[in-house]
Amino acid sequence: MNAPETMKQFRPKEFRHVGTRPVRPDGVDKVTGRALYGPDFKAPGMLWGAIVRSPHPHARIVSIDTKKAESLPGVKAVATGKDFPTLQSLVMHVGEGASDIVHVARNCLALDKVLYEGHAVAAVAATTPEIAREAAGLIAVEYEELPFVLGLEEALAEGAPLLHDDVFTKGVDPKPDKPSNASMRVEMGGGDVEGALAGAAVTVTGRYTMEPVHQGYIEPHACVASWGGDGQAQIWCSSQGHFAVRSLTASVLALPQADIRVMPLEIGGGFGGKTTIYLEPVAMILSKKSGRPVRLAMTREEVFRATGPAPGAVIDVRIGADADGTLVAADVEFKYHSGAYPAVDAGAGVASAIGHYKIANTRVVGTEVLCNRPAAKAYRAPGAPQVNFAVESAVDELAGKLGIDPLELRLKNAAVEGDPQTSGVPWGRIGWVECLEAAKAHPHWSAPLGPNQGRGLAGGYWGNYGGPSTVVVSLTEDGTFTVTTGSPDIGGSRAAMAIMAAETLGVPYEQVRCVIADTSSIGFSMVTGGSRTTFATGKAVVEAAREVKQVLCSRAAKMWNVAEDAVEWQDGEMVCTAGEKEGTRITVAQIAPRVAFMSGPVSCVAGINAAGWLPGFGLHICDTEVDTETGHVKIVRYTAIQDVGTAIHPDYVEGQIQGGAVQGIGWALNETYIYGENGKLDNPGFLDYRMPVASDLPMIDAVVVEVPNPDHPYGVKGVGEVPIVPPLAAVANAIHAATGKRLNSLPMSPDRVYAALHPEG
Amino acid sequence: MPSTAFHAPDSVEDVVALLAADPTARPLGGGTDLIVQMRSGRLAPGSVVDFKRIAGMTGVRREGDGFVIGAATPCTALKADAALAAAWPGVVEAANLIGSVQVRNRATMAGNLCNASPAADSVPALIAAGATCVVAGPSGKREVPVQEIPVAPGKTSLAPGEFVVEIRLPARPEGGGDAYLRSTPRTEMDIAVVGAGVSLVLDADGTCTSARVALGAVGPTVVLVEEAGKALVGTKLDDDALAAMSRAVQAASNPIDDKRGSVSYRKAMAGVLARRAALIAATRAGAKA
Repeated sequence: MNAPETMKQFRPKEFRHVGTRPVRPDGVDKVTGRALYGPDFKAPGMLWGAIVRSPHPHARIVSIDTKKAESLPGVKAVATGKDFPTLQSLVMHVGEGASDIVHVARNCLALDKVLYEGHAVAAVAATTPEIAREAAGLIAVEYEELPFVLGLEEALAEGAPLLHDDVFTKGVDPKPDKPSNASMRVEMGGGDVEGALAGAAVTVTGRYTMEPVHQGYIEPHACVASWGGDGQAQIWCSSQGHFAVRSLTASVLALPQADIRVMPLEIGGGFGGKTTIYLEPVAMILSKKSGRPVRLAMTREEVFRATGPAPGAVIDVRIGADADGTLVAADVEFKYHSGAYPAVDAGAGVASAIGHYKIANTRVVGTEVLCNRPAAKAYRAPGAPQVNFAVESAVDELAGKLGIDPLELRLKNAAVEGDPQTSGVPWGRIGWVECLEAAKAHPHWSAPLGPNQGRGLAGGYWGNYGGPSTVVVSLTEDGTFTVTTGSPDIGGSRAAMAIMAAETLGVPYEQVRCVIADTSSIGFSMVTGGSRTTFATGKAVVEAAREVKQVLCSRAAKMWNVAEDAVEWQDGEMVCTAGEKEGTRITVAQIAPRVAFMSGPVSCVAGINAAGWLPGFGLHICDTEVDTETGHVKIVRYTAIQDVGTAIHPDYVEGQIQGGAVQGIGWALNETYIYGENGKLDNPGFLDYRMPVASDLPMIDAVVVEVPNPDHPYGVKGVGEVPIVPPLAAVANAIHAATGKRLNSLPMSPDRVYAALHPEG
Repeated sequence: MPSTAFHAPDSVEDVVALLAADPTARPLGGGTDLIVQMRSGRLAPGSVVDFKRIAGMTGVRREGDGFVIGAATPCTALKADAALAAAWPGVVEAANLIGSVQVRNRATMAGNLCNASPAADSVPALIAAGATCVVAGPSGKREVPVQEIPVAPGKTSLAPGEFVVEIRLPARPEGGGDAYLRSTPRTEMDIAVVGAGVSLVLDADGTCTSARVALGAVGPTVVLVEEAGKALVGTKLDDDALAAMSRAVQAASNPIDDKRGSVSYRKAMAGVLARRAALIAATRAGAKA
């Protein structure tokens, strides 16, 4: 037997597969168009659905008359919020966030009130999409309009329109006696903040603001549901977690989870926004009523009006330092839009605000604020980029006031392993200083700048996560292996799983295929979110692969009639290491056709709750060139440095870093929700909701720093979310360096930059 | 369900007859505006009349020293015509700012004109260049200046049954040069917050002898700003002349405040872009630095 391998034993060593860049298993299907995404799926006899949405930001539903729609030829079912069962409040944690199932149900179809423009109020299913749309137009909804509120401060003001009369601020002791739009308050920190600020040699104070932004996934939400007469149902959809789709759908429809089988389809982007449900229960209700499979798919406009944005924010920051640059106090207080229902970004926002610095006196307070906008949903490092924008802008300003290089100021105050986080819990083996040192050594940091150019930098972090995952590694009859997971692949994780399995088994990458099974075909796995999958599901892959090796060695021992500990696994082969047969070898391909008929098939399952995750840190350097006559900001060079633990497949690690940086740059420069005075969204499309296009960006230079996680067999930490955290401030700091103007409000679009440069108008 | 009839006749007369027979009928060239508007529900024409198959509707041909551009000619094809691109680079560049590469492989300047958006990119460049268009209708063909086609956002001066069959550009005058610039938050896939087209002629010693300045997205239609042109004529495009032109441009700008830009920003940009476009046009006209 080989020496026991434990998860705790990380030994830096030469890897055969980890760190290589093979072709991803799902790549060819995706580039040739053969891959099936959410909106691609069709079932025989399927009906087409359409949803009726509220034109008002806040209104009471007086009545819904569906008679005309029901009598239209081709219409097979109509649904309203009354078709949901009576639900008791129950908070469910499904990944990046927690939701009360009553709110989840009401967001799928409103019951008494609509809480935002675009809120779903009714749905139809018909034999063609055209009939469904026509029928939707025939549903008459009578509304009693209510005063609405969009802004954070306005929603908290005395006398503001109240969204829910049963929401009392959580996290406040004692519990408030009146309901309010403040759904949650989170506070962390310690020490004497006011005293330390008063005694600080230099302080900076600022208020930073932004509107909500959307995740901007290319694939709109879509599903097909088929609810059979025996009560069992199938749902085909793309999501970041089909187990979450199952549990949420079962809960809002009061069904046993085992009666719902959710089939995962390829996902065309999620970024946190596909960790919830919008359409599935509605399609289920329509399917039950019609007896047919029902497809619901959103248009882009529906995606913008009714699905999760990341919250906008108002953030107040005060930071103080000694004359030598030692940070002595930080006071951060922010408010985030929850939108229509309580959201939870404030918690992560508080934890992600200032923990990257050693500061003795801190106070970080976050408040979630209900308002008449779509319900906020997770977006890549949910809650972190907003507050990081404020803190890293303020630290940049502080460096200027102190006359200290902004990189040196960060290095001087950088948290290291053992330093307390804001919560007081000490940091583990983090790689923040290593990122700062890598930045210092990078040619970008010392490269000369051209006219009207400026260089900014910002650092940030994200906690990452572990959690439950199930994996099955099976030997086929010809000696190849299948790795089956319950984790949707949104960033190349199938390639990473196959690499880790091949590494553990000592077989070629091509001998391992990875698939994602439906909810009835593998055990529970948490959503792909929190940058957890390569870490947690990967850990399960390694555990199951190790068991496969052990089982195969024991089968070989049995075959050779030797003791189990006389067989060792070497480079994908079983070798007899003692006795008469010493030196005898058998390959996996040789033993594979026989094992199933000896002592049964070899298929090992690992169901784990992965612990030992570590946060990721990043440092971004941005050069901007500002057209001072027009306010246009061009990103001329961008370097994103990040500690990832170990890069299993560096292409997808770099891709995640580049993608996150690009989304952050978009958020910084042009992306924003624009509402009219009437409370309606004025830019529900990609033309006026301006995500960057390729020509807006330079090549993002992704620099991978590897400070391995000792609690993962190959050192993985998690990658995907960190890179969206620093760009907002990196761009703002670069604009400041180029122009001398600090923009505290996002987006830093040409008209706003122009206004800052030409205050006279 | 209401359905839309599709026709693809092979003569101009048939197109005119089909358009005249149904006031809701719409001609189809590239379709990059029409199809989008139909899909969004903004337009529900009784019929769509595709005129791409008609001989001469696609392609650029020379007539004397001028150019005749068939109404179904995609913007990408303009770039491929070396003589046109050399004579009217501002027009060709403007047409190739519209949408994306894929859109421009279908989209036409005639469609850009008849969509009558005040932000249409090719229209200020065409107006500055002094382009005309030939309109076919029930009473035959007529040639009109491009600026007379749009009358309001989404509305044209075309009578029932009429459609644009070609766009005509004169020969590039001796010492002439043109340019178009637009301001958009993104580098592409965007709609002009402001657009400015300038076409001018310089004599041998660099004095401007004629100039036309047209602006997009600062009013209900693209506007030809005659005062701006006059501010340049007789000058060597010195700073004072350019400043006077910018003032004239700003005075003629009457933009709206909307999600794409504020009144003040649009006015300011109109001045900046017109000045920059004038300088590029002058360089193309052979101005000495």
